[in-house]
Amino acid sequence: MADGAAPVLDVRDLKTVFKTRAGSVHAVNSVSFSLKPGELLGVVGESGSGKSVTMMSLIGLIPSPPAQVTGDGVNFGGIDLLKASDDELRSIRGARIGFVFQDPMTSLNPVFTVGYQIMEPLRKHMGMDKRAARKRAVELLELVGIPDAERRLKDFPHQFSGGMRQRVMIAIALACDPEVLIADEPTTALDVTIQAQILELMHELREKLGMAVIWITHDLGVIAGIADRVLVMYGGQIVEHAPVRELFKHPRHPYTRALLKTVPSVRGEREERLEVIEGQPPILRAEPSSCSFAPRCPFAFEHCLRENPPRFDIGAGHDAACFYDFETGAPRSSATAMAKEEAQLDAG
Amino acid sequence: MLDDTKSNKVLVEVKDLKMHFPIHAGIFKKRVGEVKAVDGISFDIYEGETLGLVGESGCGKSTAGRAILRLYDITEGSVKIDGVEIGDTPQPNLRKMRPTMQMVFQDPQASLNPRMSVAAIIGEPLNEHSDMSKAEKREKVLSLMDQVGLNRDFANRYPHEFSGGQRQRIGIARALALNPKFIVCDEPIAALDVSIQAQVVNLLEDLQEEFGLTYLFISHDLSMVRHIADRVAVMYLGRVVELASRETLFSDPKHPYTQALLSAVPEPDPWLEEKVDRILLEGDVPSPSNPPKGCNFCTRCPQVMEICKTEEPPTVEIAPGHIAACHLYS
Repeated sequence: MADGAAPVLDVRDLKTVFKTRAGSVHAVNSVSFSLKPGELLGVVGESGSGKSVTMMSLIGLIPSPPAQVTGDGVNFGGIDLLKASDDELRSIRGARIGFVFQDPMTSLNPVFTVGYQIMEPLRKHMGMDKRAARKRAVELLELVGIPDAERRLKDFPHQFSGGMRQRVMIAIALACDPEVLIADEPTTALDVTIQAQILELMHELREKLGMAVIWITHDLGVIAGIADRVLVMYGGQIVEHAPVRELFKHPRHPYTRALLKTVPSVRGEREERLEVIEGQPPILRAEPSSCSFAPRCPFAFEHCLRENPPRFDIGAGHDAACFYDFETGAPRSSATAMAKEEAQLDAG
Repeated sequence: MLDDTKSNKVLVEVKDLKMHFPIHAGIFKKRVGEVKAVDGISFDIYEGETLGLVGESGCGKSTAGRAILRLYDITEGSVKIDGVEIGDTPQPNLRKMRPTMQMVFQDPQASLNPRMSVAAIIGEPLNEHSDMSKAEKREKVLSLMDQVGLNRDFANRYPHEFSGGQRQRIGIARALALNPKFIVCDEPIAALDVSIQAQVVNLLEDLQEEFGLTYLFISHDLSMVRHIADRVAVMYLGRVVELASRETLFSDPKHPYTQALLSAVPEPDPWLEEKVDRILLEGDVPSPSNPPKGCNFCTRCPQVMEICKTEEPPTVEIAPGHIAACHLYS
């Protein structure tokens, strides 16, 4: 967090545990990150890695019980979201923090017109009257590239195609000029040509509006094209964090390295055989006491099974939670590791 | 095609295949129109090769896959598998043909009966089509489990006890049970995580090598198709717009739709990503119940001409083995 500007969102040591009759699931384990104004933070990981649950926990969208969300604080413009009351959270969600969910069909209400759904946050949060809200709704639909916006306000979600529905979702999320937009796999349900349209739209909107974005995806290709910084999640933890180019050029966690190799590309050299990551992702029954990637990791050694690696700072805004040092090609010595970690904590 | 091991024998021959679904409306359920899901496709699949069939959702690729196996009663056209015409064979006679042609489905959760054990699922085709004894069947099931990398000890478990990737292996073992020649893989990896996708693709490749299988690999994931397929057919709105060998299609696509589709695939490399020349298509895919006049792609094509809006483009061979349906080349 070297460069000046204060973060708009600062998450410290967030943990989410689901308590069920069949036992507890530790979905998010000590996640810390911050979001700077105007940047796009990509979050990658496979299903079950905790990327969605993290974002939904910090804004209070996970029902509790069964979930228990704890942490050292989620600072959003001076407010600790973990301590905020339901009313406070409600006034923040949709107004200062916007959401776009994966499936545009299930996240729009099928019995209300699209116009009504865009105008709802405007009237609730901004106190606009019907006419002003309507005018703004037309502007918003035009902003996200829906032709014939005025007339389309009266249409219901089922009258829109998938890509158009996702544009409507983005329009709703942007309605109140949020400081932060959280987009949870917004293009996963869409076809590639439509995905390309939405990504292009996102580029334009960021230039025009300058909000900070958290973009959750499992697609490394999307991340490469759109993100400024990237968090890689595995087993409910952040295993690597770096600026996008640094991450793709010098991946320092074995999981990131394997993930980058396992994805084929339509351009460049074609691999004769795909590299695989053997084994299965972990099921998180308890708080990790060892590295959660160790059973699938080709570099794992004895220490990895004894202790859960902290995130080691390796400079240039890059950190990785791994005891193995790819720069020296040998395990990190634990002593220097701990010292480094303490120094990092002191600096922070 | 490319390796010496692959013969030039045509195993599957599809000609002018059409699959139209009627639309009924009103109280008398009058037929008011039809969804032209597959509207005249033709291609050959050579023995031992993998033909990739790509396209966006709704383009008819899955319908084509099912129609080729006659899981539907097709509207028109002919399908020849291993020299036998099955396009107009009545369903009861088809039953004897089933062992040669099998299918792996997209959703391993939905395509496995939750109340049957793994051994029962994999063994079911053997009950239907073979007269093996119980012990022989058991032995065959266990050896199939070995082949797809499932632990023999799990034979009596139920599908919900497995992860997505393992369930897909069960589906593959079931398809292999009758020693088929031809397998239609309908989006076999779409429901899986990236790290698991590679495992399943490698398994499919190994099995192909071992048993000389022929695949029709249906997918919307162009990068995976580039990996696994020998030749690739691109579908748009019920028609094949371009078909070429993998190398040609990905390095030198001719049809404007293929070009746009390839350029839209995100690149997992920020440096390459910057250099990609994106062709952004306007709008959405038209409805297959009311396709545009002339070329199906004319509503979104960046190189559209007058003729495209009135006349359907013929399919022409622009280079040996490279066909495209576009007025730019006719």
